[in-house]
Amino acid sequence: MSAVIRVDRLSKQYAIGSAKRNSTLRESLADLFKLSFLRTRPQHETIWALRDVSFCIEPGESVGIIGRNGAGKSTLLKVLSKITYPTSGAIKVSGRLAALLEVGTGFHQELTGRENIYLNGSILGMRKREVDRKLDAIVEFSGVAKFLDTPIKHYSTGMRLRLGFAVAAHLDPDILIVDEVLAVGDAAFQKKCLSAMEDLRAGSRTVLFVSHNLAAVENLCERCLWIEGGQIRMDGGARRVIEAYLGAVREGQGATSSLDNVENRRGNGKVRYRAVEFLSSEGIPQQIIRAGDPIVIRFHYFAGEPVAQPSFGFRLYTDMGTLVTDTSTWHHGIHIPQLEPGEGYLDLEIGGLNLMPAKYPISLWITDMTGASLVFDNIEHGVTLEIGPANIYQSGRELDSRSGIVFFPQRWNLAGIHGTRAEVPPELPRHAAAIPV
Amino acid sequence: MRDSFAELWRYRELLYFFAWREIKVRYRQAALGAAWAVIQPLFSMIIFTLLFGRLARMPSEGIPYPGFCYCALVPWTYFSSVLAMASNSLINNDSLLTKVYFPRVLLPAGTALAGLMDFAISSLLLVAMMFYYHVRASWALLLSPLVVLFMVLLTMGISMGFAAANVRYRDIKYAVPFVIQVWMFATPIIYPSSMIPARFRPLLALNPCWGIVHAFRACVFPTLPFDLKLIAASLSVAVAIFLVSAYYFYRAERSFADVI
Repeated sequence: MSAVIRVDRLSKQYAIGSAKRNSTLRESLADLFKLSFLRTRPQHETIWALRDVSFCIEPGESVGIIGRNGAGKSTLLKVLSKITYPTSGAIKVSGRLAALLEVGTGFHQELTGRENIYLNGSILGMRKREVDRKLDAIVEFSGVAKFLDTPIKHYSTGMRLRLGFAVAAHLDPDILIVDEVLAVGDAAFQKKCLSAMEDLRAGSRTVLFVSHNLAAVENLCERCLWIEGGQIRMDGGARRVIEAYLGAVREGQGATSSLDNVENRRGNGKVRYRAVEFLSSEGIPQQIIRAGDPIVIRFHYFAGEPVAQPSFGFRLYTDMGTLVTDTSTWHHGIHIPQLEPGEGYLDLEIGGLNLMPAKYPISLWITDMTGASLVFDNIEHGVTLEIGPANIYQSGRELDSRSGIVFFPQRWNLAGIHGTRAEVPPELPRHAAAIPV
Repeated sequence: MRDSFAELWRYRELLYFFAWREIKVRYRQAALGAAWAVIQPLFSMIIFTLLFGRLARMPSEGIPYPGFCYCALVPWTYFSSVLAMASNSLINNDSLLTKVYFPRVLLPAGTALAGLMDFAISSLLLVAMMFYYHVRASWALLLSPLVVLFMVLLTMGISMGFAAANVRYRDIKYAVPFVIQVWMFATPIIYPSSMIPARFRPLLALNPCWGIVHAFRACVFPTLPFDLKLIAASLSVAVAIFLVSAYYFYRAERSFADVI
């Protein structure tokens, strides 16, 4: 089959800052005057929001678009949905395209829920007959049936969102473009959105999905475009592109926390921590660890003189100050008879770091185990371990610190439920096998 | 270009919805609702009748002054209120322009369509006045739909231009009420066209509102003959304005979402 979206050398230029075109007629006339008499040309500062972007999307594909803020993702969607025009290049779209850049576009406060369904549907390109036909389904989906004839100014934000998404979910387009709409709303709403999009995908519609929720992208899309600086940096399988993208984000931030310049430390300094590194199981430095991934924490030290029987340890806290764990070589019963002067490191290998996404301050210590109870080095909150979002239970739900501190390898067994429609996703949680218990 | 027309046709229901939204919202927010459609021209008529009809004894081409004045105020109120609202129709809907695609011209067009509702309501009072003044309707009244068409053409023409320019230049917004005010006095609404000195007549004939107001009166009052030369001049100017304005809109619409 031929492509439903064909983008060929697409570029979009914007004027920025002071070079932005005059916003009043008076200024424009003044400039015209200056131009014709004073011969000064105004400087035009511009940026390329998109530069020579080309790609094809086949029918039925679901494609995620990821990238940093300002990389050009939203511009690409706006150009694809004809909201703004490209500076150069061509786009060919075949089939009915619906762009959902916002939920409830064109809602009017004074109109009732029912009236807004018609208005919103019409703005999004639905025919009146179509809305008539789908009205019951939309109302049912939105869950605001009781307030259908109430002006939506009396609705809560959540109700308005649900109503907006209910209309959008019944658009029935050949191609659906969705931008970050899932970033709003509560967990139940997000769940509903995701499953509606899943249905679309299952109905072999083409879906383009821009989101910072990488877990949702990974779950929903088989293919991914990574946009950077207005250009396509990578195009391929979603999993591969997301990993490469995360890798680049980490690289850009540097992954070693040097401790040489820490002032707030105690201890006699015979042996000191120099740095802490977080490494992937392949030994690649990581700034942000994906929840559930295996990780190696490498502690670099420097001993100024021979040190007998030290114990290396650290304490991990939540950002609220709750101690999560305190562990050391001593806890493991490890005996280090003697450290020779010089540099060295210890690796702590963790099979699967089952911490919820959040930032965890770490305190470090090295003490003497000979019985003298000397403290060689002690740094409170010297480094921070950052756990990034991940598709923890393989469900596409992005979890964060609100879901707690840790998660366990687990699975639900619903054999004992009396009732229908209880479903467990077929596969086991991805990390269940990876975490040694 | 042909694609644009095909697209307009496909989106025709949205035009209806925009007009419907405007009417619904306006009548729901206002306590007096539809009565406003009559109140505005009615009160203007009363004031003008007291000031110019009674005090200044303004001639009115052999028609009772209130009828003479109100008959012109009905199309004028349509023209001026649609122009005032339509020129803001794009900037007031900026969230729509940046979030969803549809033919942009539907926004000012929706306002122009919604305005016809008020126009129809205020026309009812005109019919009542015709009975009151025992004006015998003639066959000319059947031509009034053509005059309405003419009126909508001109109003849309000017509105498209102002609406598009308003996106680009934010001081247009302040100019529109002023333009409307001056325009009203440049149009023979409260005074008869016979008062215009002969040497200014060709110049003022370029004001298409004159032709509309005149044609309207000629339809309603059988004693008033049609001035075909004037109507032809006004119509040509209106068509020219419409074409230039539509072209400007078509060119400017590409950058609406970027500039707004």
